Amino acid sequence: MKTAVIVFPGSNCDRDLAVALEQVTGRAPAMVWHKESGLPDGIDFIGLPGGFSYGDYLRSGAMAARSPVIRAVIDAANRGVPVLGVCNGFQVLTETGLLPGALMRNAGLNFVSRPVALSVENSQSLFTSGYNAGETIRIPVAHHDGNFHADDETLDRIEGQGRVAFRYAEEVNGSARRIAGILNDTGNVLGMMPHPERAIEPAHGSTDGRRLFEGLLETVA
Amino acid sequence: MKARVFVTLKPGVLDPQGKAIHHALEGLGFSGVNDVRAGKLIELDVDDGTTDSDLEEMCRKLLANTVIENFRIERLANA
Repeated sequence: MKTAVIVFPGSNCDRDLAVALEQVTGRAPAMVWHKESGLPDGIDFIGLPGGFSYGDYLRSGAMAARSPVIRAVIDAANRGVPVLGVCNGFQVLTETGLLPGALMRNAGLNFVSRPVALSVENSQSLFTSGYNAGETIRIPVAHHDGNFHADDETLDRIEGQGRVAFRYAEEVNGSARRIAGILNDTGNVLGMMPHPERAIEPAHGSTDGRRLFEGLLETVA
Repeated sequence: MKARVFVTLKPGVLDPQGKAIHHALEGLGFSGVNDVRAGKLIELDVDDGTTDSDLEEMCRKLLANTVIENFRIERLANA
């Protein structure tokens, strides 16, 4: 599987994501700088990493969502290439419109950085086939703007279509309906606030994130 | 020409920052504050020929996230 990680100024989980992808796929991802106008040929997966792209100026993810490389990411997503946005990457995906809703300041106003329990809501997607539906997993979060917001009609629609991939099994940030990760309507774009790339090796305290990448490898390759 | 863009959260969207400001005002002893909503003011210095629809497009494409925010444009005469 040939993967790419997009790197913005202020990304800080790009290398974590690269290490996770290399461990699972056996091949280092192409690291693609935000100023590039295209992606390498034959990319099977694109990762948008966590961090504070462009210093969170204007809104988290707002500037990255208008960067030159994003046009190519949107084109690839529309062709069905799997795209995963983690944390700031999720914020970027909502800002591009590839995913609905918006991520607002945490309800408690504090930056939250700790492992959290997640319930796997959909185990049939490209990204979640390594899990069982209803299973509880532990993956760390580290964010200030993770409070998922969408109007009730949108929330009903994404729930009705099985597009909630993960839900917090505990109160974390005030997210509507405790949503932690959602899919687009064709199922090839996933945005999530928790960091699966930080739960890959036993030394991380959990290996529950690894199964996301393993499941992806199995379905894509 | 100068233009001001006011970006505010849509009614019904929770505003944790506004809430925190409200509590701080109460903590300072100001009574009678019923609610606080925080927003953004963006000042633009644009060419005189810039149209209303140009400004609106800037708001819709970047300055406001219309999922959660409204915007209002104010042109400043003689500025």
